[in-house]
Amino acid sequence: MLSKLNVSKVGLKLIALGSVAALAVSLISLPTAANAESVATTLTKNKITLVIADETGFPLTDKLAEEFTKQHPNVKFKINRDSFANLTANSPRLLASNNAPDLIRLPTIGDTVKNKLLLNLDPYVKAYGWDKWSAAQLSGLRVNSKNVRGSGNLYQLGLGYSITGVFMNLNHAKTLGITAPPESLAEFEADLAKAKAANILPIMAGDKDGVVNFAVQALINTYGDRQKLSDWIYNVPGATYNTPGAIKGADKIREWADKGYFPEDINAIDYFTFITRFQNGEGLFEFNGNWEAANVQAKLGANSKFFLFPSLNKGGKHVAMGAANSFSVPAKSKNKTAIVYFLNWIHTNAAARQITLDVTGATPGGDPKTALPKVAAGSLIEDGLKMAAQLSKDNGYIDFMANATAGIYANAIIPQSQLLVGSKITGKDFVTAVQESYAKELGR
Amino acid sequence: MKRNNLLGALISMPAVLIYSLFVIYPLISAFRYSFTSWDGIGAKEFVGLANYIQIFQSPELVASIKNSLSLIVFFSVFPIFFGLLLANFIVRIRTQKIRSITQVILFFPQILPLAASGIAWSWMYAKNGLVNQFLTAVGLEKFAQSWLAGFSTALPAVGIIGAWVLTGFCAVLLATGISKIDSSLYEAARIDGANWWSEFRNVTIPGLRQEISVLITVTTIAALSSFDIIYVTTLGGPGSSTLVPGISIYRLAFTQSSVGLASAFGILLMVIVLIAIVPIQFYSRRSDQ
Repeated sequence: MLSKLNVSKVGLKLIALGSVAALAVSLISLPTAANAESVATTLTKNKITLVIADETGFPLTDKLAEEFTKQHPNVKFKINRDSFANLTANSPRLLASNNAPDLIRLPTIGDTVKNKLLLNLDPYVKAYGWDKWSAAQLSGLRVNSKNVRGSGNLYQLGLGYSITGVFMNLNHAKTLGITAPPESLAEFEADLAKAKAANILPIMAGDKDGVVNFAVQALINTYGDRQKLSDWIYNVPGATYNTPGAIKGADKIREWADKGYFPEDINAIDYFTFITRFQNGEGLFEFNGNWEAANVQAKLGANSKFFLFPSLNKGGKHVAMGAANSFSVPAKSKNKTAIVYFLNWIHTNAAARQITLDVTGATPGGDPKTALPKVAAGSLIEDGLKMAAQLSKDNGYIDFMANATAGIYANAIIPQSQLLVGSKITGKDFVTAVQESYAKELGR
Repeated sequence: MKRNNLLGALISMPAVLIYSLFVIYPLISAFRYSFTSWDGIGAKEFVGLANYIQIFQSPELVASIKNSLSLIVFFSVFPIFFGLLLANFIVRIRTQKIRSITQVILFFPQILPLAASGIAWSWMYAKNGLVNQFLTAVGLEKFAQSWLAGFSTALPAVGIIGAWVLTGFCAVLLATGISKIDSSLYEAARIDGANWWSEFRNVTIPGLRQEISVLITVTTIAALSSFDIIYVTTLGGPGSSTLVPGISIYRLAFTQSSVGLASAFGILLMVIVLIAIVPIQFYSRRSDQ
C-alpha cells in the first residue's frame, strides 16, 4: 500500500517536473500585429489607470507616478512588482498575454521585437522632438530589422541613465597616503598594491551572481576597442569577443585574483553582501554604478568618492558602461498615447527629472540643453553627473557585456568569471568560452 | 454495481480533469516542444532530435547530470543510513513524550521552506560562519574556508544541506516502520541469543524493505530534480561545480528562451529519473510477492 501510494506521487512529481516549462508557455496566446494607430501627443481628459510592471526594490516608478497623478489627477497608476529574475524570466509571456501592462521594465530585448511584442517609438521621436536627445544614449534602445541592437527603430526609453565607475573609501585612502583618484591604470594598480601591503582589502567585490564583471569589463574597456566591443554587445554580424584587448583585460583580472586583491571568498559573495560590506567600511575600492551613489553616501558620507575607471594612460579618453534603466511599451498596451506622454514627461518635466536623479542617482536623460536637476555640492551624485558629462565628451558610453544576449550572463559570463577569479583559467580561456557560448546562442 | 462505477467516475472526474490539464497536457506539450526550436512566443521550427543531441554535446549540461548523480550519495545514501540508526534509537526511547519530541525535532527540517534553509546554511558556510567558527574553536582553523566558494567543496556542502533536510524524514518513516514489525520476531531472535546487530540485520532491515524502497525512490528523485537549495546557495557555481539539471532547465527556458532545448532536457531528466527508480520499484514489488 505504502509503495503504491508513493509510486503514484512519484509519477505526479516526475510528470510535473518534465512539464513546468511547457505549462508556462502553453497558457498564453500569440500576439497580434503591432498597431498602426496615429501618433497623438496630448493626454486624454478621461479617467484612466496605467499599469506598470516593474522590479521590486526600485521605488522610482512609485514616486514618478505619484507626481504625475498630482499634476494630472485623471491618471492613476497600478504598479505590479516582481523580483528582477522573475520579471525578466516572465516578460515575453507577460507581453504576449491579453492583459499586457502599459509599461514594462525590460532589461533585455531578446526576441521581443522580432515577435512584434513592443511598440515602435519612432513615430513619437519627431512628434515629441526626441531627436534633440543624446543619440548615443538612445542607440542601445534601438533594434533594426535584422534584430541587431544599436540602430533601427526605437523600442525603449530609460527611466534614468546609469553610469558605472569606482567608489573609493577615503578613510582607507588617507591611511594609505592616497590623496586623489588614480588617473591611469598604473596608478590604480599602485593603489591596489599599497592597500594589499597595508592589509586593507584592495577591491570589495562579489561573484556569486557575476558582478565582478563590472571590473572585468572596466579592464576590457581600457585595453580594447570600444566600437568593436559595442558591436559585439549589439550582435553585429561578424563581431567577436575574442580580441587581444579582451584577453589582456581578463588576464589582468586573473593577475589581481592571484595577488589577492579580491576577497578570498569572492565566489560565495553576492551583490547585496559586497555592497553592504563596502558601505560598512570593508575595502578600498568597489566597482559599481551611480544607482548605489545615494546608499554609499548615506553610509560613508564625505569619506567616499566616485570616479570613472582610469584610462590606460593619464589624460586618455574614458570608456565606461552606462545603460538606460530601460522600459518598453508593450504592443498590446491599451493606453499607448498616455503612456508615451508619461515617458516624455519623465524626461522633460523639471519635477520628474529631479525625482529621477534623487531616487536613482542616475541622469534623467532628455535634451542635453535642459537644465540639470539640483544636486548637493560635493555629493557622490554630483560626482556621477560630472562623470556622465566627461563620458559624453569622450564618447565613451558602452553597454554592459552581460546584455549581449539573453543567456550569455548565466551561461558563460558568471561561471567563467568564477573560474577566472578562482585562478582556474586564463584570460584566453575566459574570452574563448564566452565567445563560444555567444556564437552558439546566436547560431553563428 | 453499475451505479457504483458511475458514481466513482463522477467523484474522480474533477481530479482527472485537473490532472489532465496541469500534468498530462503539459507533459505531451513538452514532449512536442522538445523536437522544435522555439523561443516560447514566435514560430516553432521542427528540428528533430537536434535538441537531444545538443544536450549530450554540451559539456556543461552533461556536467549538470553528473553533479545530480553525485548528489544521490548525499540525498539518498546518507539520509537512509543515518535515518536507520536514528530510527533504531527512537524506538528504544521508552517515554512516549520524549519519543514524540525527538521525532518532531528530527522532522523539523522538512517543515522549513527549502529556500529558508538554504539561506541559513549559506550563512553557516560563509567565511565567518558557524562551521568555520566551530573548526577554529576545536583547533582545526587550517581547514576553515568559504565552503560554497571552493570548487571542490561546494557540491559536498550543498549535498550536506540535502542530507540534513532528508535524514529526519527518513528516520521518522523508518521508526514508524520498525514499530509495525511483529514484536514476536524480536522475541524469537532474543531467545536464539541474537545481539543488537544481529537483530538489526536479520529482523529490522528485512522488515523495513518496503519503507527503504520508498525512501530510495523519493530521495533519488529529490537528488536528480534538486533546484531550490542550489538556486539559493550557489546558483550552480562556482563555475559549474554545483550546476544541476533543474537550474539548467530553468535558465534555458526562462533566461535564454530556448524552450525547445529546455523541454528536451526536462524529458531527458524524466527518463533518467525513471531509469533510476523503476528497477528499485520492480525489485521491491517482486520481493513482496
